[in-house]
Amino acid sequence: MELKQLYREIVNEHNLHPVHKKKIENPDLVLRGVNPSCGDDITLSLKLENGIITDGGYEGSGCAISQASVDMMVDQIVGKNKEEAIRLAGTFMGMIKGEITDEECLEELDEAAALQDVAHMPARVKCAVLGWHTMQEMLEHPEKAGEIRQQN
Amino acid sequence: MNNGADYRQDFDILKSGEYVYFDNAATSQRPRQVLEAVSDFYRTANANPLRGLYDWSMAATEAYENARKKTAAFIGALSAEEIIFTRNTTESINLVAYSYGLNNVEEGDEIVITVMEHHSNMLPWQMVAKKKGASLIYLEPAEDGTITKEEYVSKITKKTKIVAIGHVSNVFGVTNPVKEITAYAHEMGAVVVVDGAQSTPHMAVDVRKLGCDFFAFSGHKMLSPMGIGALYGRRELLENMEPFLTGGEMIEYVTRTEATYAELPHKFEAGTVNAGDAVGLSAAIDYITNVGFDEIIRREEHLTTLLMEGMNKLPYIKIFGSEDPKKHCGIVTFIMDGVHPHDMASVLNDDNICIRAGHHCAQPLMQFIGAGSTARASVYFYNTEREVEIFLDRLSKVREVMGYGA
Repeated sequence: MELKQLYREIVNEHNLHPVHKKKIENPDLVLRGVNPSCGDDITLSLKLENGIITDGGYEGSGCAISQASVDMMVDQIVGKNKEEAIRLAGTFMGMIKGEITDEECLEELDEAAALQDVAHMPARVKCAVLGWHTMQEMLEHPEKAGEIRQQN
Repeated sequence: MNNGADYRQDFDILKSGEYVYFDNAATSQRPRQVLEAVSDFYRTANANPLRGLYDWSMAATEAYENARKKTAAFIGALSAEEIIFTRNTTESINLVAYSYGLNNVEEGDEIVITVMEHHSNMLPWQMVAKKKGASLIYLEPAEDGTITKEEYVSKITKKTKIVAIGHVSNVFGVTNPVKEITAYAHEMGAVVVVDGAQSTPHMAVDVRKLGCDFFAFSGHKMLSPMGIGALYGRRELLENMEPFLTGGEMIEYVTRTEATYAELPHKFEAGTVNAGDAVGLSAAIDYITNVGFDEIIRREEHLTTLLMEGMNKLPYIKIFGSEDPKKHCGIVTFIMDGVHPHDMASVLNDDNICIRAGHHCAQPLMQFIGAGSTARASVYFYNTEREVEIFLDRLSKVREVMGYGA
């Protein structure tokens, strides 16, 4: 897909009218993710019940690809359990690195699979994976994102 | 002005006209004359310079030392021995920081730089300040990017040991009052290091008129191959400095425990030198001299004027630095309301337009002007009016692509 088309058809909607760009109540995990080289800066919050992600939201700023990617990601992971979310992050990052191209595999990512062509734009890879990387980090290492839980 | 076609015939990469290359402040393109000079060196005179006693090595030595003489004349150095070949500006400044800075700055001293320095003229001084317990003092520019006399007079003092300043900012494009700052710094007893990476390609430099003690620049921003740069240093300073790197080609006598070092400039050029690219730099100087700085400046100012006039018509664009296009050295740094610079650069890339987006290796300056990152279009003499038109047309369509309506 031409990049302009990607912006017009997918990215702009999530960037300009995000669904999940908001604070959520009583999050269990909160973690900030930053790309110092381009200034993308998000803080991701997740709520978990019995290992299932029941709510998610993010705040911050950055380029359209970083913001749209995290918005689409939250769409995908709410309702999934921790392990499934981590597995999806692996699929997404594999796709962006160009290592996973199997369509059936990518179908699981739903709309987020639209970012596949970012694989051809090395400078934008970090933007696309920021949200997914942050999510994986907080689920695999909840101690890094655990302060909020103790406060609540 | 002509459309620049004459020059573009020399640049194979630009000839097709498929791409608009507006990232000249990052690196320039190289003309055929430079590429051929490098190739000719390796095809006809290749041997390890400076040591050999046979024809080829002597030819290589001559080519390398002629490049040094040409470089010295190009920036007004008194003698070729005051020119040290390095990889680039960064290495040149590190040489000064390690060999001069660490040996002449003491605890409680001050090093003065500006907040608009490229990281290459900032991190070496952070290193010296940290290691020696000295303070790093920042000069801050006014809104239009200029450093006022009031500012430098208030911060350069008798405690100042080194003043390190960019000749031209790679973000604002502003030319700093290096001559005036140098004169004042010398009154205070400080040594002045000038980062000439952004000035040398665009204006005639005379290090003796500037009065500076060290002047660093890169070849790759002025038509040369990547990997060759130079450091000018005043002879008496260089003579008293310790070598930066040690090893082959920089010694007189070596015993198991001691060594004496070669004379200038070889004391600072350890290891086999980059003669091929020095020859390329020499050819680049010839090319630039043939075009002439009057012509280079005239063309750049014309293109920058068109660029800024066109951008000023777009109400959602903010340009940083002076309102006067003649004070930009071909560099226009800007932001677009609602569009991140990286998205802008990616969208323009779809139209084969090359601009820079990010922090331009000047993060403290980005913090100072309150922008996380910015976009930068930078022209050189071989760019054309037509390219500016194409750029302005595509730029005016970016917001629509990003979902902001027509």
